[in-house]
Amino acid sequence: MDTIFGYPGGAVIDIFDALVTKFQRDFNFILVRHEQAAVHAADGYARATGKPGVCLVTSGPGGTNTVTGLATAYMDSIPVVVFTGQVPTPLIGNDAFQEADIVGITRPCTKHNYLVSHVNELARTVKEAFIIAGTGRPGPVLVDLPKDVAQAKANFEYPRSVDIPTYKPTLKPHIPSIKRAADLIAQARRPVIYAGGGVITSGAHRELKTLAEMVGSPVTMTLMGLGCFPGTHPLSLGMLGMHGTYRANMAVDNCDLLLAIGARFDDRVTGKVEDFAKGAKIVHVDIDPTSIQKNIKVEVPIVADARQALAKLIEALNKRGYEAADREKLKQWHATLTVWRNEQRLRFDRTTEIIKPQYVVEKLYELTEGNAIITTEVGQNQMWAAQYYLFDRPRTFLSSGGLGTMGYGFPAAIGAQVAFPDKLVIDIAGDGSIQMNIQELATVATYELPVKIAILNNGYLGMVRQWQERFYDRVYAHTDIMAPPDFVKLAEAYGAVGLRARTAREVEPVIRQGLETKGPVVMDFIVEREEGVYPMVPAGGSVKDIILV
Amino acid sequence: MLVENKPGVLARIAGMFSGRAFNIHSLAVAPTLDTNYSRMTIVTHGSEQIMEQIVKQLRKLINVAKVQDLTAGDYVDREMILIRMRAAAAKRAEVLRITDIFRGKVVDVSHDTITLEVSGTESKVEAIIELLSPLGITELIRTGTVAIPRAKKTIKSPGSYE
Repeated sequence: MDTIFGYPGGAVIDIFDALVTKFQRDFNFILVRHEQAAVHAADGYARATGKPGVCLVTSGPGGTNTVTGLATAYMDSIPVVVFTGQVPTPLIGNDAFQEADIVGITRPCTKHNYLVSHVNELARTVKEAFIIAGTGRPGPVLVDLPKDVAQAKANFEYPRSVDIPTYKPTLKPHIPSIKRAADLIAQARRPVIYAGGGVITSGAHRELKTLAEMVGSPVTMTLMGLGCFPGTHPLSLGMLGMHGTYRANMAVDNCDLLLAIGARFDDRVTGKVEDFAKGAKIVHVDIDPTSIQKNIKVEVPIVADARQALAKLIEALNKRGYEAADREKLKQWHATLTVWRNEQRLRFDRTTEIIKPQYVVEKLYELTEGNAIITTEVGQNQMWAAQYYLFDRPRTFLSSGGLGTMGYGFPAAIGAQVAFPDKLVIDIAGDGSIQMNIQELATVATYELPVKIAILNNGYLGMVRQWQERFYDRVYAHTDIMAPPDFVKLAEAYGAVGLRARTAREVEPVIRQGLETKGPVVMDFIVEREEGVYPMVPAGGSVKDIILV
Repeated sequence: MLVENKPGVLARIAGMFSGRAFNIHSLAVAPTLDTNYSRMTIVTHGSEQIMEQIVKQLRKLINVAKVQDLTAGDYVDREMILIRMRAAAAKRAEVLRITDIFRGKVVDVSHDTITLEVSGTESKVEAIIELLSPLGITELIRTGTVAIPRAKKTIKSPGSYE
């Protein structure tokens, strides 16, 4: 790893000193303006590159400010290693200045954590931390460093490898289960592949494409899986779940075989568990045994790395003899899928002068030719980004799926931009979310990171407002945030460029200008105030409850 | 279960149970011969699906070496309890008779109380508590069950002789 995101403080002053006096050529350090942003930036870096993201923050409030970032990474299985300072070991437990039991606080939201109590443990602990963060089902690891341990001297012996006897993830699939899965796939007349973030983590997108094309099976992606299969591919059904497409949800509801890979049957996808994929036999490939049979009973569970499992599955199908003739069986199924696609396409009113938020995302897709790295905040902005921007490559859609953290997108975009200085990185945001880490405008200005922010500004906490409209008699309790700031002036206050569009006609010129401007840009799109994300399967509902408009 | 004998391991395990709303009926833990590891016995309740999740979630923890669900199998279990009875002279004889039947011991006596120590399987312990209840139990302390599979099926700490 080569980049550290962080923020200094008393407990880590020795480490910062060493970074600057002895290691300035070894590490790229990015100073953020809030520790939460440091973790989200490391998270964005990790999602964009596949390498672990690293943070360094101080004790007490520095550590507690990382909790939301850790929980975000934990829910989405992202490899991040966060180093926190700690008071000197004799003071631990004494209610010292800037002391917090950060190991205790973060136990439930990290894959694992450590307190280094002696300098002799330090090298091995760091090595272990990176192994645990980046292997098996990845996740955040926190390492707490007391000040006296950081100051102590010892002979530097970094172990070339360590064995963690209590941690042995299963990567190779069980071949008899693979054979059984291959049989079921070959016999299926209405198969669907349900692909999630695990396919991206495993680097299995090529194998997935090979399998889908070989079988002729349609593919639907979770929010975390967008990009694991090309969104523009004819076999792509789009995203499934609460705000997924009509045809994806209908396909899953009516399939006879569901091949789940690197996905965990989250409640946003399944809705009412009893009604989910009722008629289907389910094959579930996942690296984490706890994900299997957690919510849904499956016919063939396979604990394995997605890439290895898919490779073996393709091999098994080839051995068994799978040809074009088998694909003929699926003709009827494909005809039905086409009917569903034409019945209910994603749509919005294109005739108004008021800007429709979906139009902004569509235009961004068109003018970037689908080549940007897109991060999102949370809520309606996130859902429209997932619906209207098609992702053909993995690691190009970075969004907080599991925890749903507002304020994630902007720092994550910073992390992605630091990883890829020459790529176009755009944060699609709402006016509520963007204010949660707005202080990072200072970071992009300082390092001249050309991150573009597209604010879908409707003056509401949109997703909650939509629920209040549908289910709470339109009582918009504390979701109206039509108020300061003027985002253009705010951008300029930080030394960035601010642009605004007020009518549909202004959208394209503003986007063009924003993309052509060097350096960070905030684009404020004043959009339709009360627009909804559709389709919508209400929470705990099933596909028959789907609300289309 | 076989777990690493390190600070915070008990908190991690208990936190997993509480975070996922699993039930801990009782928990007993202490170091084994290999002091790098401790053995822990947890008694819990739940449906088959919940039990499967509990075992898997425990295995997932980095500090946990081995997990064995003893429920269906062959195992030896013991629990020790201390029971303090209200027992003035008249009642004492009956209490002592019951204690004898269960091969328990008297470990403390005062003018109006008597304290007993009893150990045995879950059913033996439940039985003596039930028999003594009507005679007036003032305090009851249980260690929780410790259990070990019958010799053929036991689990060992990785790499070391125990």
